[in-house]
Amino acid sequence: MGLLRFPPPVTADPPFCLADARNDRQVAMEYELKESQTLETQTLEVSLGPQHPSTHGVFRMDVVLDGETIMKLKPVMGYLHRNHEKLAENMSWLGSMPFTDRLDYICSMTNNFAYALAVEKLANLEVPERAQYIRVIMAELTRLVNHTLLIGFLLNDLGAFFTPVLYAFREREKILDLFEAIAGSRMMCNYFRFGGVKLDVTSDFIPRVRQIINNYPKFLDEFEKLLSENEILMARCQNVGILPKELAVSAGVTGPMLRASGVPYDIRKIDGYSIYNRFKFRVPIGEKGDVYDRYYMRVLEMRESIKILDQAIKEIPDGEFISKVGAQGARTPRGFKAPKGDAYGRIEAPKGELGFYLVSDGTPKPYRYHVRSPSFINLTILEDMCLGQKVADAIVILGSIDIVLGEVDR
Amino acid sequence: MIFGGGVIKGMLVTFKNFVLSYFSKEHLTTVQYPEERLPAKERYRNFPFLIFDNKPEDLRCVSCDICAKECPPKCITIVRDSDASGKPLKRPKVFDIDFSICMNCGICEEVCPFDAIFMDHEFELAEYGRFEDLNYHKEDLLKSAEHFAKIRPQDAARIDAKRAEKAQKVEPAKPQSQT
Repeated sequence: MGLLRFPPPVTADPPFCLADARNDRQVAMEYELKESQTLETQTLEVSLGPQHPSTHGVFRMDVVLDGETIMKLKPVMGYLHRNHEKLAENMSWLGSMPFTDRLDYICSMTNNFAYALAVEKLANLEVPERAQYIRVIMAELTRLVNHTLLIGFLLNDLGAFFTPVLYAFREREKILDLFEAIAGSRMMCNYFRFGGVKLDVTSDFIPRVRQIINNYPKFLDEFEKLLSENEILMARCQNVGILPKELAVSAGVTGPMLRASGVPYDIRKIDGYSIYNRFKFRVPIGEKGDVYDRYYMRVLEMRESIKILDQAIKEIPDGEFISKVGAQGARTPRGFKAPKGDAYGRIEAPKGELGFYLVSDGTPKPYRYHVRSPSFINLTILEDMCLGQKVADAIVILGSIDIVLGEVDR
Repeated sequence: MIFGGGVIKGMLVTFKNFVLSYFSKEHLTTVQYPEERLPAKERYRNFPFLIFDNKPEDLRCVSCDICAKECPPKCITIVRDSDASGKPLKRPKVFDIDFSICMNCGICEEVCPFDAIFMDHEFELAEYGRFEDLNYHKEDLLKSAEHFAKIRPQDAARIDAKRAEKAQKVEPAKPQSQT
């Protein structure tokens, strides 16, 4: 860093006239030309956000630029902080279920899933078979919603303004309609209860999921035809924002981000939580860990999700959708007391490992409630991926991390 | 493939969708909202309303305060009514729901032991003011059982059956106590 050096001031005090001024400028230009080999430039500090279309919400990146190259990048979070954890400590266990919808507001079902799983672990609740299947179906549909939307918005960041997003919205709307018919709300589903789900699925649920399963691969083929081989997308995404395997592991990155870097880590496989160990699916991994790998990882994961959905709707049994204890707990939330102790429930949310760490002191309220949100932890690696890249690439890299600010700031 | 072929392939996809949107319903997925509307789904929930059976005085609500206590964002305010001598009555004097705070979670409906509060389908509720205009009072929240049966026929049938069963259980007990 250094200041632009100007010619030394003229010692005498000459009379000022236009000709002199012109002459001064001439001198300065000659000086600049002579010195241009050693001329140092100033770095530029840019504050990207908090109100910027690329930041997917209210998020700021303080960037230090040398020309267009990023020298430093500091993510600034907290604009959407809503005190989720402390709020949860002051209400019944069930009371924070609708608030978990608002963490990652694109995939409310998986947020519900992780929270319900943690409380069930804490209180040793059984979940009926049918409810397990409904849960898995909902979680995988949510994964489809999230990944489709992410690809759309990633292309938005690349400059394909709203064409791919509307393709994504078209398909997403079909799934959200299904959520609305089953859970009562498109996005803020609030559908899971401890020990089951809120309501049984309607009779047209299976045919509708079947229809989605049949149509989705066609849509993915169309979407890929639209995007995957596009030269602009390839030029902008390949070899951009490379995240090496070791760095990803040491930073605690999870989800498609980690798998794109070549680490086959999927909690559905490793934990086999709920009933995931019954399904046959593969875990795709990337080679390089660049933005294109992260984009393609999502496409592959959606195809695997469809396989899981296909198996789940074939096997879904009849029966209870919520256990007796669970139904009682849903009717009287403040009567529901978890025994003393702590539990950590985690799932493979579309964005990575979503975990809820809960401590109970035996009262109807949690003593401590902590959310391990994947977006937040994946975002910590942003600077390492952006250094040395161009400023336009930083936008794409941020888009490929897949953050939702509701979850980052909580 | 030639350079730029990927772009052309993508353009063909958009062009195909553009042309087909004039002919096929599948490709034109939008609805011209204020004129056209999608059918409401039965389980759709928006803001709560208070149900009455025959006339607006016959509220099902007994002002037990359970919904107000369970409401996660605490948007319900209930004050119990009392008669002239100060004896508390089983009906609310004040029943306010602040729609600017309510987050449509439906927990009030789930916890109500008297089936007195339900989630409505009404969503066009824009107001000019942020505070008092959105604070709905008892009179604004009252809606008839017929309205409920109209918007949610399956739930209404289930709840009516449950209430009829309950009423039957209470009635045989009466003659026994008289004898």
